[in-house]
Amino acid sequence: MIKGTVHKFGSNVDTDVIIPARYLNTTDPKELAAHCMEDIDPDFVKRVKPGDIIVAEDNFGCGSSREHAPIAIKEAGVACVIANTFARIFYRNALNVGLPILECAEAVAGTQAGDILEIDLESGRISNVTTGKSYVAKPFPPFMRELISAGGLVNYARSRLSQRTGKK
Amino acid sequence: MGQTITQKILAAHCGKEYVEPGELINARLDFMLANDITAPIAIREFEKIGAETVFDKDRIALVPDHSTPNKDINSAQLVKTVREFAKKHNITYWFEIGRVGIEHTLLPDEGLVLPGDAVIGADSHTCTYGALGAFATGVGSTDLAAAMALGETWFKVPEQMKFVYYGKLPKWVGGKDLILYTIGLIGVDGALYCTMEFTGEAISELDMAGRFTMCNMAIEAGGKNGIIVPDEKTLEYVKPRAKRDYKIYSSDPDAVYKEVIEIDVSKLEPMVSFPHLPENAKPVSEAVDIRIDQVVIGSCTNGRIEDLRIAAQILKGRKVHPDVRLIVIPATQEIYLRSIKEGLAEIFVEAGGAVSTPTCGPCLGGHMGILAEGERAVATTNRNFVGRMGHTKSEVYLAGPAVAAASAVLGRIGSPEELE
Repeated sequence: MIKGTVHKFGSNVDTDVIIPARYLNTTDPKELAAHCMEDIDPDFVKRVKPGDIIVAEDNFGCGSSREHAPIAIKEAGVACVIANTFARIFYRNALNVGLPILECAEAVAGTQAGDILEIDLESGRISNVTTGKSYVAKPFPPFMRELISAGGLVNYARSRLSQRTGKK
Repeated sequence: MGQTITQKILAAHCGKEYVEPGELINARLDFMLANDITAPIAIREFEKIGAETVFDKDRIALVPDHSTPNKDINSAQLVKTVREFAKKHNITYWFEIGRVGIEHTLLPDEGLVLPGDAVIGADSHTCTYGALGAFATGVGSTDLAAAMALGETWFKVPEQMKFVYYGKLPKWVGGKDLILYTIGLIGVDGALYCTMEFTGEAISELDMAGRFTMCNMAIEAGGKNGIIVPDEKTLEYVKPRAKRDYKIYSSDPDAVYKEVIEIDVSKLEPMVSFPHLPENAKPVSEAVDIRIDQVVIGSCTNGRIEDLRIAAQILKGRKVHPDVRLIVIPATQEIYLRSIKEGLAEIFVEAGGAVSTPTCGPCLGGHMGILAEGERAVATTNRNFVGRMGHTKSEVYLAGPAVAAASAVLGRIGSPEELE
């Protein structure tokens, strides 16, 4: 169960503001996290606490394919991102790096900055402790649940590879 | 049931006759790439997968184009990581400085990505290759890592959208103007997770450079891929370059599209996208008295020889405005050399512009032309997000090479017609 404070953003939060290109000369998650959201909310990393939740509107993570973006968000301590919609490369990247994401327009509409949310990733249930309302996020397609339960794409690829070598 | 070119390519790569939008497939890949920013993470994840070597050393390109020539020590270290990986795994298409170019111009020009291919790249503008009649899309580093080990990846077959451009292209209106107009029409998530298939008489009229520009920016509307069915111009471009066999697909007349959008190009003006989203597209005539500090002509969107020729045509015999810095970046070494041989480089330098070796550099605010607080640029690049080219309080206006070159002379955003 995830429980944390909401940091709210609008639509089209792009990967350039999530992690500006001037910091892409490193792959170190800690260094990336130190600049997370810097160009849209310079104090974000000072305010964010482990377990906090980002709530945003449409097309979160649009722009560059840089995996540094979900890595920075995850390493900054964010436990989950909820949005109306995600840009497609960011969606894949978030799953691949193990950053939980949920699509739930009702929860986005019913949540304000500073609210406390409780999230059960298994069922997709989002409870707003501050307002007392709860919501259910769009479930992941079965194949993606398989990927998640395999422990992410790296593990999935490893087992697929060993199946192949096994066959040989 | 009829299928689009995108469906047919995806079906062929997962051993099926037919695929339906929304279906999840595991697709064999013909080619893949990563650059100096995305490859280091892909390499780290590749090692975690534990593959002894890559699935095929001839089907991976590693292209150090973003921070090169190395802009600082950290970037040099990242490029070194990629170079060592390329050597260790004997990667055929590793491009060293002096031979490297911007990935999405270099790979088609080298005949490494071809019609009918399924391609992924750890770079969002991988969708550029759709101009060849290929399925090509951007992914992150971990997806690329798994693909380097397995030679395959999973896709959700995208919903299909068709854009029909009819009418005659007015003077100075090119591929960049068509795509900026289109993004303005549907918004930066107007094609989210969808295919953008570009067709119609105006597309037939466009040269390959203009078609690459259009497919390149499909991602700026949220698209999964941009694509154009090959024609004679495609084959003329591909034939002398192709390093492998390729296959031509086309869309069936009864293919099903989620949406068909028709655009009359004959009424269009050159377009400019205002800060801070590519969807803020306006005709250049509406950009009134916007003073500028810098002009960048280059990038995977508009760094081809055709783009440089348009810019040179406008800059010939003219001078860059005293308050403007003009930076011209040919996308590849081959284009760089041609711009010298054709006298274009001389025109740029005579006009008072700086000509750089190939790099993505300023497009992503990496190096070679970063903006200070309050500065404003016109760029032929693809994104004008907050802080994209430098300070968060700087501004980028996106345009094609004609408007960019004219603006460099005028010192404000303007059309080439104002110079005639």
